[in-house]
Amino acid sequence: MEQVSGEVGAFQVAVRKKARYVNENLCTGCGACAEKCPTMVVDVFNAGLGNRKAIYKYFPQGIPSVFTIDAAACRQLGQGKKCGVCAKVCQAKAVDYDQKDTLIQLEVGAVVIATGYEVFDPSVIPEYGYDRIPNVVTALEFERLLSASGPTAGHLDRPSELALVKEMEEAEKEHKKLQRQVSQLEEKHGKPSSEIVAAFQSGTLPDDADLRNWALLAQDLASLEARLDSMNRRKATASVARKLAFIQCVGSRDFRFNPFCSSYCCMHSVKEAMIAHEHDNGVHSSIFCMDLRAVGRGFEEYKLRGGKQANIRYIRGRVAEITQDEALNPVVWYESTQNRQVVHETFDLVILATACVPSPGAAELARQFQVELDRNGFFKTDPLAPLNTSRPGVFVCGCAQGPMDIPESVAQASSAAARAAEIVAPARQAVG
Amino acid sequence: MSDQIRIGVFVCDCGSNIAGYVDVKALAEYAKTLPNVVYVKENLYTCSESGINEIKAAIREQSLNRVVVASCTPRTHEPLFRGTCEEAGLNPYLFEMVNIRDQCSWVHMQERESGTNKAKDLIRMGVAKAALLEPQESIKSEMDPNALVMGGGISGMTAALALANRGYQVYLVEKQAQLGGLLLQLDTLGPSGVDAAAFAASQAELVRNHPRIRLMTSTQVKDISGYIGHFKVTTASDGKEEQFGVGVVIVATGAQILKPHGLFGYDGERVITQLELEARFKRGTFSAGNVVMIQCAGARIEERKYCSRICCMVALKNAIQIKETHPGTGVRVLYRDIQAYGTENEEMYRRARELGVIFINYDVNVPPKVHGEKVTVTHQLLGRELDLPADLVVLSTPLIAGEDNEAISKLLRVSLDENKFFLEGHVKLKPLDFATDGVYLCGNAHYPATVREAISQALGAASRASIPLAKGVMTVEPIVSTLVDEDACRGCGLCVALCPYGALEIVRTEKGRKVRVIPVACKGCGVCAATCYQHALSINSYTDRQIAEQISACLESSG
Repeated sequence: MEQVSGEVGAFQVAVRKKARYVNENLCTGCGACAEKCPTMVVDVFNAGLGNRKAIYKYFPQGIPSVFTIDAAACRQLGQGKKCGVCAKVCQAKAVDYDQKDTLIQLEVGAVVIATGYEVFDPSVIPEYGYDRIPNVVTALEFERLLSASGPTAGHLDRPSELALVKEMEEAEKEHKKLQRQVSQLEEKHGKPSSEIVAAFQSGTLPDDADLRNWALLAQDLASLEARLDSMNRRKATASVARKLAFIQCVGSRDFRFNPFCSSYCCMHSVKEAMIAHEHDNGVHSSIFCMDLRAVGRGFEEYKLRGGKQANIRYIRGRVAEITQDEALNPVVWYESTQNRQVVHETFDLVILATACVPSPGAAELARQFQVELDRNGFFKTDPLAPLNTSRPGVFVCGCAQGPMDIPESVAQASSAAARAAEIVAPARQAVG
Repeated sequence: MSDQIRIGVFVCDCGSNIAGYVDVKALAEYAKTLPNVVYVKENLYTCSESGINEIKAAIREQSLNRVVVASCTPRTHEPLFRGTCEEAGLNPYLFEMVNIRDQCSWVHMQERESGTNKAKDLIRMGVAKAALLEPQESIKSEMDPNALVMGGGISGMTAALALANRGYQVYLVEKQAQLGGLLLQLDTLGPSGVDAAAFAASQAELVRNHPRIRLMTSTQVKDISGYIGHFKVTTASDGKEEQFGVGVVIVATGAQILKPHGLFGYDGERVITQLELEARFKRGTFSAGNVVMIQCAGARIEERKYCSRICCMVALKNAIQIKETHPGTGVRVLYRDIQAYGTENEEMYRRARELGVIFINYDVNVPPKVHGEKVTVTHQLLGRELDLPADLVVLSTPLIAGEDNEAISKLLRVSLDENKFFLEGHVKLKPLDFATDGVYLCGNAHYPATVREAISQALGAASRASIPLAKGVMTVEPIVSTLVDEDACRGCGLCVALCPYGALEIVRTEKGRKVRVIPVACKGCGVCAATCYQHALSINSYTDRQIAEQISACLESSG
């Protein structure tokens, strides 16, 4: 959205269509480009838990099923290097490095704002340690861990272990390199490294740069081997996450951040706990909540079934703090309302049910459309005309007007279409 | 059409998507050996412009009268290839699709040889079926350009107005004498504070004065037959029956309040419901020194498991009302979970606490007890029993399904959930549609909803209903059930009872009771054909013979 003018029945809206550097009409979505692309980028869709290529589809079922080049990461476009691999492998000849943004002028009678929401960033809550404790994740990150198309193919590997595996891979690479260098030196001098290291440590090594270098390399190798050893031991004892804690109202119903309730998080925590249990019957979940708000059709029954069949424990109370023990297990501190004591419990993984907050572009969009936001920063609506913004002809549906679940959003989308249709119906009938 | 079957097979590489994992060259060679196949072509992308043109050219030049494409999924590409056949002058239903991507290259990426063999099996089956395909004509039916809205509460009125404002004639049928439904019994609407009855009256005024709404109060829907585009409605009012036709139906029949007889000493005097409390507000007769509200009275218990969604907000609204008008009155709310979801509701919860309303959590296993002038509750945090003074006890009771729901569900052949509320077509994707085409739902008939939600759903249901109305003509795929052997049909009605879409009916013919298919209502699911022990019914393009031939082809070896 660049600019809007006019009024109900006759808005002029200018939108910018960003260049995707791939011709949508030619791309068949085969994916050969992404397979061969040499540049790895952190995958935002997988909540940063995995990598993707610089030419990519945001997620596998994305519509249209067409690839896009992330210009900033691309060697050819962003870094001015010679590459062109994707254009070379594309049999449909769809890659177009010269594509430009296009400005499109729209003449419309009504506007529907359906810009959605943003997930609250929990790192601003120091006591929950999200940016410090690897095994504290957000619900969305957990959702990716649970997904068969996610970074762990649906296995509940803990982020600390995923990091360990990555660290080990790098250490093993380094180990090979050092080993090669050291054995070359051993061959060259016809002596074992141990002799040189011993001489170096006792200060009897001749003053020779080559030998000194050898001794240092050999020492590095030994310490790397020790590190690898300890990592291997850690890996041997590592297990998948089986004991889960879900913390509700993270950034919601909290006057420091957002006073409102985010509506859907109680149910997605129950759902995630159910799915985790389906994957692995050994999973036990504890959901820490103030109120467990299961208010839709079948929700209360679903919640009860979770308790009976999926090892879910519902604990009333707000978690005070999350710490970490030596084995990188998160420890949850809370006041038990049952026995009125502060207790702590160790879990394999903690999942934060983060709030639904206004999308970052909402304020700017509201300014452009000259519509009001409510005190929370969502688009303001009229309770008796629930799709209407403060400006005639501009409607809003879904989480852009406040937190709600999928059925409600889908129903509202139809309603917004109805309101917009009432405005454009006379003109449509006139056209025939 | 010439007598000789001439099948053309097109094998798609899908770039490397198929060709990378399956030996497409071998598939093409193999296809040439199959019976009736006169032409085979391998394409880089069969769906691309050039691939499409190759199909068209082959139909003309090779006089093909059947086309088989072995590529991806019919869900996305069958319409395209059917269209291609049609453009080349071939009936689109003489096309068969074989999915060697999802079913071969994708799932057997590591097994090139067996994946290729499976693709051969599938192509052989597709070719066998193609030989038996018959041309079909798509079914067209004009829509009656009007709607029936059942229920004159806020949902029904909103839906009727939305459709009428779009230019469609609407019949609004309400069984009560007055429009407004539950709103008439409410005092104000939370959190806006709008007068409920006044709001209902203003909407009713719009409905009454709308030239395109035919308002029928004190009227019951007696019978509905037919299907999308042509429902035949019979209503009764004062013993007088009337018949009219509509294209679509919206169910907005609302819900009813549970009368809590036998719960917490309910007597309608000192122990009352929230609605009865609102009646006192309206009449100006409310007075009490200490009020205790009990949430989930008759809800979230063994016999009625569901949460009624709106009762917490009703309690919050009324607690605020008491505190604002009678600041000296004590208000205590005994609750299990305060369901103040979203922005506005949580704001009401905060406001109630600010005004001094006291919230006490209770455990369903140790429910509060009402005796005399007090209520006893076990306080979860204090761990002991509290005696609360209460000269008025207000029970928050759930909404329960409308008394007519079962009758209406039979009339319209739509489903109810286990609590007898109407069940939508898909919980996430079709929240306002029934599985039956042309029937939509909104408001409390679906599940308890706030007024804001009910209005939103009503507009949405009107929007959904206007889609077929705006099209004016229904075009339906002819992959539907057909009575292929009328003599065999005994008119037993087994298929009629099982059809989930109301697409079959029993009619009297010269030969006696026979089944009749309503093609526009049929979805081609095949339940009827599978059920009919006389084999009188068959699904176009999925006939017994076609499927049997596919199975025999499957059992042959690809050699």
